Amino acid sequence: MKASMTAHQVAVDAIPRLEPGPWREDLLKQLRADMRVVTLVGRRDLDRVAITAVLQASDRSLRVSRTEVAPERGYHEMTTEHAALHCFERELHEQTGVRIAGHPWLKPIRYEGQEQSAMRSHPFYKIEGKEVHEVAVGPIHAGVIEPGSFRFMCLGEQVHHLEIHLGYQHRGVERRLLERDPRSLTPLIETIAGDTSVAHAWAYCSALEGLAGCQLDGETELARAVALELERVAMHLSGLAGMAADVGFLQGATTYGRLRTTAINTMMRLCGSRFGRGALRPGGVRMRLPPETLRDIRANLELLQADLPIINDCFLMARTVQHRLRSTGTLTTAQARELGLVGLAARASGIELDARHLMEHGAYSVVPIQPAVLPDGDCWARARIRIAEIEASLSWISTVIALYPNWEHPPLSIGELAPNQLAISLVEGFRGEVVHCIETGAHGEVVHYKVQDPSLRNWMGLALAVRGNEISDFPICNKSFDLSYCGNDL
Amino acid sequence: MFLSLRVRASQGTQAIADLRKAVPTGFRGRPTIRRDPCAADCSACRDACPTQAIRLAPVALDLGRCVFCNACAEVCPETKIEFRPEPRMGGNEPVDLTVREGEEEMVRVRASAAFSRLFGRSLKMRQVSAGGCNACELELNAVTNVNFDVQRFGIEWVASPRHADALVLTGPLTRNMKEAVRLAWDAMPEPRFVVAVGACAISGGLYDGAAGVDRGFLESVGPSLYVPGCPPHPLTFVNAILDLLGIA
Repeated sequence: MKASMTAHQVAVDAIPRLEPGPWREDLLKQLRADMRVVTLVGRRDLDRVAITAVLQASDRSLRVSRTEVAPERGYHEMTTEHAALHCFERELHEQTGVRIAGHPWLKPIRYEGQEQSAMRSHPFYKIEGKEVHEVAVGPIHAGVIEPGSFRFMCLGEQVHHLEIHLGYQHRGVERRLLERDPRSLTPLIETIAGDTSVAHAWAYCSALEGLAGCQLDGETELARAVALELERVAMHLSGLAGMAADVGFLQGATTYGRLRTTAINTMMRLCGSRFGRGALRPGGVRMRLPPETLRDIRANLELLQADLPIINDCFLMARTVQHRLRSTGTLTTAQARELGLVGLAARASGIELDARHLMEHGAYSVVPIQPAVLPDGDCWARARIRIAEIEASLSWISTVIALYPNWEHPPLSIGELAPNQLAISLVEGFRGEVVHCIETGAHGEVVHYKVQDPSLRNWMGLALAVRGNEISDFPICNKSFDLSYCGNDL
Repeated sequence: MFLSLRVRASQGTQAIADLRKAVPTGFRGRPTIRRDPCAADCSACRDACPTQAIRLAPVALDLGRCVFCNACAEVCPETKIEFRPEPRMGGNEPVDLTVREGEEEMVRVRASAAFSRLFGRSLKMRQVSAGGCNACELELNAVTNVNFDVQRFGIEWVASPRHADALVLTGPLTRNMKEAVRLAWDAMPEPRFVVAVGACAISGGLYDGAAGVDRGFLESVGPSLYVPGCPPHPLTFVNAILDLLGIA
């Protein structure tokens, strides 16, 4: 397998193909032996379903295996032994109709192709008891926020279980990706999750460039990484502003919000959009860097680096903040590992997992960036991880700008895609790893495009984190994970 | 206390003094199309557009569909199309959103005497995302931050549709949100109106005709205000609302 920057690529014919039984046994054996699941995707191929598993070893290498099953026959579930697979098996069943025998909970991920009444009639988990009560909120919440539905099963104020009900944002992204020219999908990709536009765009671009055999130079990768780090800074600031607002610490909310404005306006100077839209295109970047822009970007970075420590001190020292965040919404390392959490939620629970390290990104091998890891797993840890990551990103960007002041690299043209290839790309967005898988057919046409936002895996982490907490702590738990609805619903 | 004062000192004053005149440096906003002859049979801009926003002869761009990706400007051999940092755009009707060749000024949102009388001193808005990607939602949240501070005009977000005058919709409207959007609208007291924000809500945008989309609600309840963008800049939204209400 060839590692090209952020994307790995393998010829479809070279993927080991096993019968369902041995395939399943092999997967479970690898997962027991300390590999982790990156993704599990299924594609309808005439009357069969091709299921592809991508695992990652601790030495960063990816391992791809495949089986083909008749959908009505299916295979025996793996979720009971390896809970991290639950979302993948549910999605597989929903998207391909493949039977997954014995699966404990085949709840649809996003109710594709169904009427909303199907969502309403879903049987939620129940807890029996005289003093047990349920609180259902959503899909519309009391803020300017996306829709999702949460049902809490409570005893008094204490949450015993939370069932998260998503799919309201499902608009048909993956099908649409197959309806268009694969070389010009960036505007669509940038709307998979608007707050992760750059990470998704990068994952798409590198997968496509791998398939087209297009080699980029190191500076283009650096330019993309600068855009990604700016997006990470902006969204971590947005998360901190939200957490501060949720505990009523208004000075934190307004100040982090104002600093986020500086971060996204810097992005706008680079590419014309506060969300980094248009910054990345297959084959290169579309950034403008005349001297006055570079000067302004430097000034903005200096402002952020000067003003952030002041509000960080104030936020972290505030008794009210500490009181509300410490020991709230705790997810242990064992739980996070069992659920296969990724990104900041995993790192806040003591798991060192960061796609910027796991894959040898060109950009991050030139100027390294250290992942922040904390063991506690509570809201306090998820806040401090953000603060540490913002600091790391800002100093990383400053170093890169000093070393490589010119990263205007207009896109090269993208030729035909190689036939019968599978490209898998991983990019570390602010929430966690974004995974894109593109498979081409016999004529280089795209036969499967699978998009995976980190939210798909992390929503269950939130459900477990609120157990045993008061229901009034839900907003702060929710904000600390900061998951995407549209990224999950696609 | 001391830490708090330090934050206050570093913060300074962040509010944009004149939202009507502010121009965001570097923003890819309202485009202009120069009246130069196109090469014979050239349809590069139309072909490059991911949302079929462009008509030819004469060249016209529908901001209700445009996602401001700049693809048309990049491919035009005559460099006729230019996106400028101008945030002010919007319309009372979809037809107001078209930018035509040679037009320097586009139609702005017209003030309505009725809206001005009913909501000119207090407007409560309830936002509902129906398939929005969270970019529109983030920008709509930003209109109440310390920079844009739209509350200075008595305009603010409310938590319940029962308290709202305006239903601000983002996203292409998904089938899975159809019931919820209708319930929110039905819960709103009259007089009430709908604002469509972003290319998705206005026309379906990149998701026009996508598998999970059902725009039935907008066919029965027409918006009174259209705010283009992908996502619209907070200044675009603020200016369109202020224009509609006839404020300053």
